[in-house]
Amino acid sequence: MTTLPGTTTRKLGLVIDLDTCVGCHACVIACKGWNTENYGAPLSDQDPYGAAPSGTFLNRVHSYEVQPAHGTAQLVHFPKSCLHCEDAPCVTVCPTGASYKRIEDGIVLVNESDCIGCGLCAWACPYGAREMDQAEGVMKKCTLCVDRIYNDNLPEVDRVPACVRTCPAGARHFGDLGDPESEVSRLVAERGGMDLMPEQGTRPVNKYLPPRPRDRLDEVDVLAPLLAPVAEDARGFLGWLDRALARL
Amino acid sequence: MHPAPSVIVFTTLSGAGFGLLFWLGLGLPAVTGRVAFALFAIAFTLAAGGLMASTFHLGHPERAWKAFSQWRSSWLSREGVCAVAALLIMAAYGAGLVFFGARLVALGWLGAALSLGTVLATAMIYAQLRTVPRWQTPLTPALFIAIALGGGALLAGQVGAAMVLLALAGLVQVLWWRRGDRALAESATDIASATGLGRIGHVRSFAPPHTGTNYLLREMVHEVGRKHAARLRVIALALGYVLPVALLALPFSHALAALAALCHLVGIAAARWLFFAEAEHVVGFYYGKR
Repeated sequence: MTTLPGTTTRKLGLVIDLDTCVGCHACVIACKGWNTENYGAPLSDQDPYGAAPSGTFLNRVHSYEVQPAHGTAQLVHFPKSCLHCEDAPCVTVCPTGASYKRIEDGIVLVNESDCIGCGLCAWACPYGAREMDQAEGVMKKCTLCVDRIYNDNLPEVDRVPACVRTCPAGARHFGDLGDPESEVSRLVAERGGMDLMPEQGTRPVNKYLPPRPRDRLDEVDVLAPLLAPVAEDARGFLGWLDRALARL
Repeated sequence: MHPAPSVIVFTTLSGAGFGLLFWLGLGLPAVTGRVAFALFAIAFTLAAGGLMASTFHLGHPERAWKAFSQWRSSWLSREGVCAVAALLIMAAYGAGLVFFGARLVALGWLGAALSLGTVLATAMIYAQLRTVPRWQTPLTPALFIAIALGGGALLAGQVGAAMVLLALAGLVQVLWWRRGDRALAESATDIASATGLGRIGHVRSFAPPHTGTNYLLREMVHEVGRKHAARLRVIALALGYVLPVALLALPFSHALAALAALCHLVGIAAARWLFFAEAEHVVGFYYGKR
C-alpha cells in the first residue's frame, strides 16, 4: 500500500551541518560508489566520457551565495538528498505501491520490481530527491544506505550511510530523529536545525543546521585617518597641465 | 515541466473520447445500429488510443497492470481503474445499441459517470501536486472537465450544448491562465525557503552541483518555448474554443462540424503543450532557475 504509516517506531535520518560543509563532494562520490553496486539497479551514466555527460545521483551538492543586509556575502555549500519526509508526497502518488515508507524506521524506499517508471513521484517531490535511471527505467532514490546500517558483515564503524562515513569535515550526522535524547536530536535542538520548504507540508525527517553567525571585529581602524586624501585638486604646474589637457 | 508528446496526445485525445462517451451514455444523440457503431468507434479510438499513448512514456510499460492496485491513495491509479471500468461498461452499453438496438439506460448513466470520473482523475493527478503551484487549483479539474464536456458535445453533434460548453471552457481557460501566471510568485515557496538561508540574507545560486544537465533539469526545469507562450495562447484560444463555436453558429453541415472538431482538438493540444511547458516545478529554485 502506498498510504503512509500513521507513525513510525523510529525516524532514521540525516542532520547536515551547513556551517562545516566544505563543498568537497566526497559524499556525492561515496554515495554513487556504494549505491551503484548494492541496493537495486546500478546508477547509470549516459555519455560519461563524451561532450554531454549525465547520470543518476542520489545526493548532490549545491553552492549558494548569501548576501546579508550588512557585511560581506558568504558561500554556503548545500548537500541535498532524500529527506525521508513523514508526509512523503512521493509515496501517496505511486500508482503501483512500489514506493513505501517503512514503519520500523521511517526510511522511504522504492521496490524496483514494482516500479513502472511513470515519474510521478519525482514530480511530487519538491526537493528533487528522486531521479529516474535512464538505463533501467526505474526510480532511484536515497535508501539511507539501508544495506549498510543493518549490515552485520561490516565493522560497526561502517554501519552508517556512505555519505556520513566519508565526510571529511564531519558535516553529516546519522541517527534517530524520533528519539529526543539521541545525539542528532540534541544537535538539532542546540543549533536550531531547520526544515527545507516547510510550507510544502512534507515534514522532512532530515534537518539542516544553519551556518553559525560570523565573528565580528569591533571596527577600530587606526590607519583610516592617515589614509584620507591630502590634496583634492592639483595645483601649480600639474594643475595647469591637468586643465590644459582637459581643454584639448 | 517537460511537455512529453505522449502525455499531451493522451490527455487531449482521451479527454475528447471520454467526453464523447459521456454524451453517448446519456443517450445524446439516441443512436442505434450503424450510426451508433461509428460514434462508439470514434469514442473508443480516441479514449483507448490516448490511454495507449500514455504508456509510451513509462520506463516499464509491461508492468502497467500493477497501477490498478493503489486506487485508495493514488489519483494515477484511480485514473487507470476508472478508465478501464468506463471502457468495459460503455463497450457493453454500446454493444446493446449497435447489435440489439436496445438502450440499457442505467448502464449508460454508469458509463457516463465513469467516463467523467476518468477525466476528473486525470486532472487531479496534476491538481494534487503542491510542487507545481500553477496546477494546484480547483480550476484545473474544472478546465479538464469543461473541455471534455464541450469537446464531447461537439463530437456527439450536440450543437447547442457544444456552443455553450466550449464558450464556458474558453472562459475557464482564460481564468486558469490568469491565475497560473501569478501562482508561483504567490506561493510561499522561493529560494529562501528552499535553502532555509533566507533568514541570513539574499540567496543566489552560486554553483550548480555539476556542469552538465540531469534528469531533474530535463524533466522539471524545462524552459524552452516560453518565448512564444503569448502567441501560442492566442492560437490555442482561437482554434480550441472560438473557431469551433463560430463554425457551429453557421448553418449546420457535416463538413463544418468535422472542421470544428479538428480545430478544437488541435487547439486543445496546443493548450495542453502550454499546460506542461509553462508549469514551474519548485525544484527549479535549487538550481536558481526561477
